[in-house]
Amino acid sequence: MALTTWALRKSLWVYHVNTGACNNCDIEVLELLTPRYDIERFGMVLVGSPRHADVLAVTGVCTRQAMPRLQEVYLQTPKPCVVLAIGSCSLEQGIFTEAYHMGPKVDETIRAVDPGAIILYVPGCPPKPEAMIDAAVKAMEFLKTL
Amino acid sequence: MSGQAMWAILTFLAAGIGTMLLGLALRWVDRKVTALVQWRVGPPWYQPLADVLKLMGKETLMPSTARGTGFLLAPIIALSATAVTAAILWRTLLVPQEGFLGDLIVVIYLLMVPALMTVLGASASGNPHASIGAGREVKLLLSYEAPLLLAFLVPIARSGWTLDLGRIVTAQAASPVVFSVSGVLAVVVAVVCMQAKLGQVPFDLAEAECEIMSGVYVEYSGPSLACWLMARMMLLALLPLLLILMFWGGLHTGAWWGVPAFLGKYVLFVALVTLIRNTNPRLRIDQTMRLFWFVLVPAAAVAVVLSMTGISRGIPWL
Repeated sequence: MALTTWALRKSLWVYHVNTGACNNCDIEVLELLTPRYDIERFGMVLVGSPRHADVLAVTGVCTRQAMPRLQEVYLQTPKPCVVLAIGSCSLEQGIFTEAYHMGPKVDETIRAVDPGAIILYVPGCPPKPEAMIDAAVKAMEFLKTL
Repeated sequence: MSGQAMWAILTFLAAGIGTMLLGLALRWVDRKVTALVQWRVGPPWYQPLADVLKLMGKETLMPSTARGTGFLLAPIIALSATAVTAAILWRTLLVPQEGFLGDLIVVIYLLMVPALMTVLGASASGNPHASIGAGREVKLLLSYEAPLLLAFLVPIARSGWTLDLGRIVTAQAASPVVFSVSGVLAVVVAVVCMQAKLGQVPFDLAEAECEIMSGVYVEYSGPSLACWLMARMMLLALLPLLLILMFWGGLHTGAWWGVPAFLGKYVLFVALVTLIRNTNPRLRIDQTMRLFWFVLVPAAAVAVVLSMTGISRGIPWL
């Protein structure tokens, strides 16, 4: 339905999931709420529950401990929802690739429970807030095609 | 169907939808002003509408621990109770001479329903955060009801002990309650209680976002969350209206300045909500109860005593 799709694009609520990040990406995510970047211009707000969310902002390498939790949080998010994999760690696990405590990558973890998941990648260590805003805009563009 | 029933249904629909639209607009003003205070740009004008429409299009998830009936019925009952309140209040504003005896009591009961339904829905969701939120909501309800009712006693006493909202409004045609010492005291108490009833910032402990993850609403998603948002927006539009009817004499349809004066009063009360919300930190539950029981209840009681003294001694300004 066109109207609800328009509304979804204009009001993306973000839930922030940390799957073992070093806190650098998390600081940059919080940067989006500050007066300089003010993501609420696009109707995006940070919410406290995955049940309210439309976007999962995933940071971190996805450790073995975090993997089932990430899948659970994804399943608790009402669909349609978008996953933003933020930072080099959540893309390729960076320097931790061969460490003993690694689970599968973030996108593989989520595709294991939902093969059709919408995942956007934001590279950088940490990515700039501008890059995350760019990813959010691309997510809005993609949601037009739903 | 008789003409009167038809007329009642039309009033109900018009008031419900009108209040809904007004609530969306007020919510936007609230968020925009908050953003400007924080030196941000803020959301565009259609933001609350987009939020509600989006939630309508999302799926409703039911937690495995939830009791389905109570969980899903609670937001619908809360929304419909708010819509009925809207019908009574707007009708009292526009045709004050056609109220029914005791409609003030009906309004007070109906305004309690959203809070009670919040408790019911939160308890039915089976989430520990939600149960903490529900406990806080009950304590908040116990805190603000007593001072609010005491404050309402002042206009009731000054209009000759009537419980008819329309007669309370028409009794203030000459001099509104707020232009007296007891009236000012009662309005101050009522404004703080309005803030608590709206769950706005100093008293938002039931859905404290950064400690209990939006508390009572934590398990709600999709259309049921949209019902909660709509009920809250409608309350944001209705409570200033109720305060104007009780303390400031409603709409003077006779004079040319009637409508602009009413709009001014309305904007003043809505601006007060946003102002208090932006300049205060959240209170703990014990601080909240202490404030309401040991500061506001005595203040409201003093206001009632002052107004009754004024009536018996014939001093209009008391």
